[in-house]
Amino acid sequence: MTTRIVELRRGILKKNDELAAGLRANYAAAGVLVLNLVSSPGTGKTAFLERTLRELRAKGARVAALVGDLETDNDARRLASSGAPVRQINTHGICHLDAEMIGKHIDGWEGVTLGGLDYLFIENVGNLVCPSSYDLGEKIRVALLSVTEGEDKPLKYPTLFNSADAAVITKMDIAEPCGFDRETALKNINEIRPGIRIFETSAKTGAGMEEWLGYLANKRADSREIA
Amino acid sequence: MHELSIVSSVVETVSESLAAYPGARVLEVRLRVGALASVVTESLEFCYGIASEGTPLEGSRLVVSVLPVVMHCEACKEDVELDGVQSFRCTRCGEPCSEMRQGRELEIESIEIDEMNEVEVKS
Repeated sequence: MTTRIVELRRGILKKNDELAAGLRANYAAAGVLVLNLVSSPGTGKTAFLERTLRELRAKGARVAALVGDLETDNDARRLASSGAPVRQINTHGICHLDAEMIGKHIDGWEGVTLGGLDYLFIENVGNLVCPSSYDLGEKIRVALLSVTEGEDKPLKYPTLFNSADAAVITKMDIAEPCGFDRETALKNINEIRPGIRIFETSAKTGAGMEEWLGYLANKRADSREIA
Repeated sequence: MHELSIVSSVVETVSESLAAYPGARVLEVRLRVGALASVVTESLEFCYGIASEGTPLEGSRLVVSVLPVVMHCEACKEDVELDGVQSFRCTRCGEPCSEMRQGRELEIESIEIDEMNEVEVKS
C-alpha cells in the first residue's frame, strides 16, 4: 500500500461561486441592481416585495422578480399582481436557490432581458440557514425579520444576518400587540452585523417604504457609476 | 440542511481530482469549515457515507476542521479571533468589527490516497 497526501485547496462551492461571478458580471454589464431576499418562512418576504415592486413601478422603474419555493407558484402569482414580470423557481425539495437555477431562469425568460431592467429581486426559499452559503451574484443581500419572530433571531442564525448587506424588519404595524422589543432587536442585529442599515417597515401601512426605496435608488446609482 | 449538497460536491470534486492518479483509492478527505459556514459537522459525516457510496471515496474517512471566526479590528489595527459567533466585537477593545478575515471557509484541504493500483494501471 502506497499512500500519498494530495493538497487540493479547492472551494467546495467553487462551481456555484464561478457561476455567481459570471452572473455578477452580466448584471453589472446590464446595469441592473440585483437583490437577494432571505428570511425564514412567514416573515412576509412576498408581501414586502409585492409592495416594493408596486411602488417602484409607480415611480417608473423597470423591475422584475424571481421567486423560489419548494413547490407551488402561489408567490409568483401574488407578486405578478404588482404588474411586474415574475418567474417562479420550484426547487422540488432543495432548501435554497443556487446560481445555476438563477442563470437558467434568466435565460429564456420571455419578455425579460437584464438590460431592460433597473432592478431584479430574487426572493429566496424561506430558510434562515442554507441560502447564506449560496452566492447568486447579487449586489445586495437583504435579511428580513418580522416582529412576530422574536428579537433573538439574529443571534440564533448569525451566518445569515452576518452575510447580509441590509436588514428589513417587517410587520411593524403589529409590533405593539406582539410585544416586539424594538431596542433589543436592533441591538441584536448590530451585534451580529455591526453598522448594517436597518429598515423598519410595514407592507400593510407602507411605513418605512420611502426610506427603503430611497436606499434602493442610491444603491442603483452607485452601481451604475462603478459599472 | 444542505449538507448533502455540500458533501455531494466534495465527492464530485475529489473524484475529478483522482484522474491524475489512476486506480487510486481514497482513504481520507480533510475539509476546512469556517464557524460561520452554516454546516454541521455531524451532519456532514452522516451524509458523507451516503454520498460516497459506489465512488472511489467509499469507505474513506471525512475529517472536518472547524476554523474560528477572525475579524479585523480597525481600532486595534489587528486581526482578532472571536470566542463564538454571538458578538462581532473585538475581544480586546470591545469595538464592533465588520471586516471578516476568516470564518466562512468551505474548502477541501487535502486527500489521502492509496496508490496501490497505480503500477498495474500504467503497465
